This record gives sequence, structure tokens and C-alpha cells, in this order.
Amino acid sequence: MNSTSTSKRLWDAFWQLANPKVFMGWSGRWLPWLVGLTILFLGSGLIWGFFFTPDDTRQGSTVKIIYLHVPAALMAINGYLLMFVGSLVWLIRRQHVSVLAAKAAAPVGMTMTLIALATGAIWGQPMWGTYWVWDPRLTSFLILFLFYAGYIALWAAIEDDDTAADLTSVLALVGSVFALLSRYAVLFWSQGLHQGTTVNLADGAKQENISNVFFQPLFLSMAGFGLLFVTLLLIGTRTELRRRRLKVLQARERMQ
Amino acid sequence: MMPDLGKYAVEVMGSYGVSLLALALLCVVYIRRSSLVKRALITAEARKDA
Repeated sequence: MNSTSTSKRLWDAFWQLANPKVFMGWSGRWLPWLVGLTILFLGSGLIWGFFFTPDDTRQGSTVKIIYLHVPAALMAINGYLLMFVGSLVWLIRRQHVSVLAAKAAAPVGMTMTLIALATGAIWGQPMWGTYWVWDPRLTSFLILFLFYAGYIALWAAIEDDDTAADLTSVLALVGSVFALLSRYAVLFWSQGLHQGTTVNLADGAKQENISNVFFQPLFLSMAGFGLLFVTLLLIGTRTELRRRRLKVLQARERMQ
Repeated sequence: MMPDLGKYAVEVMGSYGVSLLALALLCVVYIRRSSLVKRALITAEARKDA
């Protein structure tokens, strides 16, 4: 079998997930494994990082905040990008699973943004001498948080699900600019207190911005946060699909 | 067992406390809502089939 036919099969299998029945079956089989892997990775990453890593020569024990701050920030940005993809698929192909996945991702992404902002502020006080500064990355993260909150509020404010899906999808597309901005702000705005990227895996190997003694538990923690995100995303999407079916049944009952 | 966090103990413990509390609350909300909706759907399906 050549790689083209394999990738075509994977692509077809991916689009089959747009069928709610296929999605429910597939996610139901994977959820127990994902829960186990999440506990394993998140637990080992945080326990290793908190209990078994040394203090940093400059930052002291505050370096232990990195095991929460960096993974949360990573998932805050990637969560919004996932919402962008889900919303785009909805607007183009009108597939409910995609927009309901975007809806389910929003509270998780907002919590991750909140954790990144809170831990950043707590870390910033001893290191920078202030909890908050209108630094490009911090500011774009705050705006990202507001976009998450606005997206959730808009879903709650509109009764008709398809209209809500349309409007929130447009909002998600606009907000994705800030998701990208919060990732790359430090590259094109030179001023600001926040440092550049701590971990860069883009080239298949990490750059030497962080020592191995900190990187290994950080990697586990990032994987754990990612797995937690996917687990909650699947749980949330399954709930939204069930809620949609419930609304249909209730509407039919009212008509009888 | 507990690491010596020195003068930054409040900051480190505060960060872990806030974050783990937020993650725990998020998980509880998702799981609770999931089970409530699942139960309501089972009841509605049973009514439809009756």
C-alpha cells in the first residue's frame, strides 16, 4: 500500500467522524484510554516537576511554575485554533459535530487561558516586580481570554442552535487572529517583559532555551495538558451531541 | 518529601493551588453535565419508545 492511499484512507476516516453515530462510537472506545493516559502524563509531569527538580539559579523555586504556565498557555492558543478549524468546517460544510466540538473546546480553552494568566501574574511579581504589565504577549492573552468569554456568552445568548453556530463561528474566526498574535507577539514586538518561546519543537528537536532537567518533566506536563484537553473535548462534544438529540425529542413530544 | 520552596513558597503553592482547583472544577463540570444530559436522553428515548 503506498503512502497516498494510506493518507487518503486516513482523510476519509477523519471525515467520517462528522457523522454523529460514528463519532459517538469512536470517542466512546477511546475515552477510557485517554483518561488513563491523561492521569499518567499529567500526574507524572506535575509530580516530577514539583517534587524532583532543582531550583533555578536565577529564579529560585518559582521555576516550578513553568510546569503549569507553559502547558496551559500552549493549550490556550491551540484550543482556540481548534475552535477556528471547527468553526471553519461548520461554515463551509455545515457539519454539526465540528461546531459542537468548537463549542465544547471553549470552556476548556478559557480555563487554560485563565491558568496561564494567573500563574504568569503570580510568577511575574517576584521576577519582574509586578503582577501585570501591558506587554504584547500578556495583552494579547488577555484579549484571547475575552474572546473565549464572548464566544461562550454568544452561544448562551442565542436560542436557535444553527444561528448561534453561525454567529459564534464568525467570532471564532476573528478571535483566531489574537490566538496567533499571543503565540508570535514577542517576535515582532520587541518591547515587553515576557521572554521568547521557552520550548521549540518545530524542527523535531528542542532548542537549548531550557535545561534537560526542567525540559523532561515539562514535556510530560505539556503532553498531560494536551491529553486533558482532548479528553474534555470528547466528553463535551458527546454531551453536546446528546443535548441536540434531546432537544429534537423534546420538540417532537411538544408537537404530539 | 516536601521540597524547600524558600522565600517563594507562597507564589509556587499559590500557582499550584489555583491551577489544580481550576482544572478539578472544569473536570467536575464536564463530567456532571455529561451524566445529567445522558440520563435525560435515556429517559426521553424510553418515553418515545413506550
